[in-house]
Amino acid sequence: MAQDYTPVPASKDNMGKPVARYEALQKVTGAKIYAEDLPVPGRPAYAWMVTSGIAKGRITAIDDTEARAIPGVQLIVTHENVGQLGKLETFANGGLAITEVGPLAGPEVHHDGQPVALIVADTFEAAREASYKLAISYAEESPTATFGDAGATEKALGDINPEYEPIRFNDAEAALANSAHTIDAEYRTPIQHHNPIELFSTTAYWEGGRLVLHEPSQYVWGLKHSAADLMQVDADNVRVKSPFVGGAFGSKGAVTHRTALAALAAKRLGRPVKLVAMRDQGFTHSGHRQETRQSVRLGCDANGRLTGYDHRSWEFTARTTPYYNGGLDKCAAMYAFDAVRTDEYVVQGDRNVPTFMRSPAEVPTIYALEAAMNELAAEAGIDPVEFRKINDTRVNPVNGAPYTSRSLNQCLDAVADSFGWTGRDPRPGSMREGDWLIGWGCSMAMYPTQMGPSTARLIVRRNGSALIEVAAHDVGTGCYTIAAQAAGERLGIDPQRIEVRMGDSRLPPGPISGGSISTASVTSAVANACDRIVEELGLSSDASTDERAAAMAGMSEPEIEVLGRWTPPGMGEDALQAMYDGGVRITGGNMDERTMFAFGAEMVEVRVNERTREIRVPRIHGAFAAGHIMNPRTAHSQYLGGLIWGIGSALHEATEIDHKRARYTNDNIAEYLIPVNADIGEVNIVMVPERDDEINVLGVKGIGELANVGTPAAITDAIWHATGTRIRDLPVRLEKLL
Amino acid sequence: MRPFYYERAETAVGAVASSGPGTHYLAGGTTMVDLMKLDVQRPTRLVDISGLEGGRYDFIRWDGDALRIGALTTMAKLADDEQVRRRAPVLSDALWLAASPQIRNMARISGNVLQRTRCPYFRDTSYAQCNKRVPGSGCAALDGGVTRHHAVLGTSDQCIATYPGDFAQALIALDAVVEILSPDGPRSVRFADMHVLPGGKPDRETMLKEGDLIVAFSIEDAAFPRSKYLKVRDRESYAYALASAATALRMEGDTVADVRLGLGGVATVPWRAKEAEASLRGGPLDESALERAAQIAFAGATTTEENAFKVDLGKRTMVRALLETARMEG
Repeated sequence: MAQDYTPVPASKDNMGKPVARYEALQKVTGAKIYAEDLPVPGRPAYAWMVTSGIAKGRITAIDDTEARAIPGVQLIVTHENVGQLGKLETFANGGLAITEVGPLAGPEVHHDGQPVALIVADTFEAAREASYKLAISYAEESPTATFGDAGATEKALGDINPEYEPIRFNDAEAALANSAHTIDAEYRTPIQHHNPIELFSTTAYWEGGRLVLHEPSQYVWGLKHSAADLMQVDADNVRVKSPFVGGAFGSKGAVTHRTALAALAAKRLGRPVKLVAMRDQGFTHSGHRQETRQSVRLGCDANGRLTGYDHRSWEFTARTTPYYNGGLDKCAAMYAFDAVRTDEYVVQGDRNVPTFMRSPAEVPTIYALEAAMNELAAEAGIDPVEFRKINDTRVNPVNGAPYTSRSLNQCLDAVADSFGWTGRDPRPGSMREGDWLIGWGCSMAMYPTQMGPSTARLIVRRNGSALIEVAAHDVGTGCYTIAAQAAGERLGIDPQRIEVRMGDSRLPPGPISGGSISTASVTSAVANACDRIVEELGLSSDASTDERAAAMAGMSEPEIEVLGRWTPPGMGEDALQAMYDGGVRITGGNMDERTMFAFGAEMVEVRVNERTREIRVPRIHGAFAAGHIMNPRTAHSQYLGGLIWGIGSALHEATEIDHKRARYTNDNIAEYLIPVNADIGEVNIVMVPERDDEINVLGVKGIGELANVGTPAAITDAIWHATGTRIRDLPVRLEKLL
Repeated sequence: MRPFYYERAETAVGAVASSGPGTHYLAGGTTMVDLMKLDVQRPTRLVDISGLEGGRYDFIRWDGDALRIGALTTMAKLADDEQVRRRAPVLSDALWLAASPQIRNMARISGNVLQRTRCPYFRDTSYAQCNKRVPGSGCAALDGGVTRHHAVLGTSDQCIATYPGDFAQALIALDAVVEILSPDGPRSVRFADMHVLPGGKPDRETMLKEGDLIVAFSIEDAAFPRSKYLKVRDRESYAYALASAATALRMEGDTVADVRLGLGGVATVPWRAKEAEASLRGGPLDESALERAAQIAFAGATTTEENAFKVDLGKRTMVRALLETARMEG
């Protein structure tokens, strides 16, 4: 089944050129391009963050006598001497703080791994050694770890967010009662951690009254304002540099305790301070994907037409800060349901606060919906591909808002063709090779098309070169490349002659790199800047790229500078101002007037050893349609990574928690499993052309969080097809099949 | 990591002579340095033995069917050795399926067999309870902890930490002998006797004494072309065994003339299933005989709710390994 692998995919209709990544050479040669690599003025001090080894209780005493005696130790900060830091709001309240509890805010311990002290020394080794000597005494209490543990408290989302409304669309109960086929199942998804290879680091130094931070960030303008608020200085006096981010997946969007701790230490010592949360500390420092429980009832008539859909979900969150994802409204928009009921809850315990993780709401909720779709298709005796086509919709059934574009059926056809789905015998256990049972499964992938306001400064020069500056972020997706392509295509300039600067809060603001909004938002602002250039050059908007290039070559000034600004349709100018102030404004997905999503379809083959039950995935195919594809080469990488992530999400990734102590036990990347090369066989990506002129200037849909959605449902269905066993509790580990 | 002294030994005798309280030998460092960073091991002095006597302890030698392997041979070198792969594939398999290429290039086989457990409560000093790390402090795993990876054989009420290695199962199956240079001179010990059960003293993992230096492993009868290592785990590479089996077979027609069985991922120490072997010797290798042998091998298992599956999995792994070994040429 091996097939030719094409590293550079061809460009199809409504796709840009598959150009290589802007920073390709730097990345493959290990150039120093990340925040922690940046030089600092003078000799830095090194900080070690001491974190709690208990999940609940109180610090009763701190004795730092021995720690201070270690040669080279310069500073020890605890709740006793941290002084007054500014208060940040959490995301739910319009801020970026990961938790309601401020850094070293008091003696109370709210979760495992909470920072309780900072030791700063001339060398890392001295700081580390001092950490062994710092004696902290606790009065420990019995914590609540997760679902089912004593002390867990449940709240409906409406109780924590007055604006939240569960869906009551027609009478789901009656629709289910009148269905020919129904399923009623509970699905479980585990705790997962982002584990970017680049750790959570912060380097801070002060130049007079100005604070400079080198910190990998998904939102440098937001971090600038947050750091200013924390340190009680003017935002103009804070600069954040994060030229490239070595993996984020949501974990570098919120502001964690380390930023203020590093800035505070740098201020007190008058020299740069470097602080890195170690891998294990990363598990409690910057959030995770919270575990969920979901109950789904789904019905269809004798012809396979969906009737009632009742989906209830419970997310486990922190006692201090009830972060949640919700997201069932998106599930409700996916198919032509007659009636929908949703209810969403949080359950709180003594845990660190969860955060966004690649397709935060979609990964667990769409898994549950798609698993239920597969189960119901089998119950009704209908092929699961056909079942989805029967229930395709052109509108969000709940509010009637039409999809701006929806190519799910085309994706299903494309992936079925690529995978060879028509050969599938629907009976479980019908395929085997030697000692290995074989199964095939499928699912839908989806992600809301979202956008935020953005600016972009564009300078074009008479010599045919150009410069784009925007404080957007390259988290590994190819954002630099795509910004250059967007301007190059519009102005008729070779993208290689366009320099792009990002990841620095001195640049004009770009949106948070979250919700897969960067490409759509930044290219729209770049396009706006290009249009302003065209105007400045006295050309009409329909001038050809040749005419544009000629006009630039004949410019009287050596260069022209403009500032592009773009606000998504339906958002007011205040959204742009909010971004200037470090706020987050995102729109898209389910809206009152329009419904905007990207879609895909995935098929997998699994093999299960007949005797020992190891589960392996020799091949996975995905077909995706997401409007205008800026660069099929970088898009291919995003899809590829997404499918592999999806395999990990189904079979490997889970953070284990000690129920008695409410602590994560596999907090390292030897034991927190993600797929390794040997786990990944054939991965085939089909990009289905799609055009959507309604969503934004270039018709771009975000794709970074598309391909990993739904994959677990395809895999669990394939496991059922191989073995006859339905597993509804992720990840599927072999003992569940013994 | 805490401060420590570092020195390089030129000769094995010199290394042993410089031993003392708080001194550890350092070869590949792939486990020890990790554990020093985690503050689990706190040597005050490291004696680097990686370059002893110009590679004198880095060798693979056959003498007829006898095999002798130098203690400082890397995992990669032994795994790749053409003759070992042909004549005793179980030794090569067990190394190939362990760790990653980078680690196999660094790690020496004598350090490999002394690899410490992956029990999270042992490896994280912020847990107060760990009888292996702090004698008498209790066992967090048995006191409501996470135990999916823990052992079901050879456990005690003080410790259920799993011995994590792979190569040791092959050595124990082939009746390897450990050659040791000690401060009192050279001596040998059966590999099967080197590790000791946790019992009431889980902090004591081997019978090695202060200053003991492993210099070689010898196997008197290593010619088992029909042998293999089967490792069952959560992902295809770079993961510890949930259950594994080192198997070696000699058949006379359909009758088992000799069988060797080492079990990994399920026990607190490298584990030889001797009674199970005995039940198979002289009989056919059919499903019922294998099932009976598997019952015998796991008869003494003690489990927690989370690791109970390892009994069933361990049996299946052992049976599958033996069936696959029987299909081999030899």
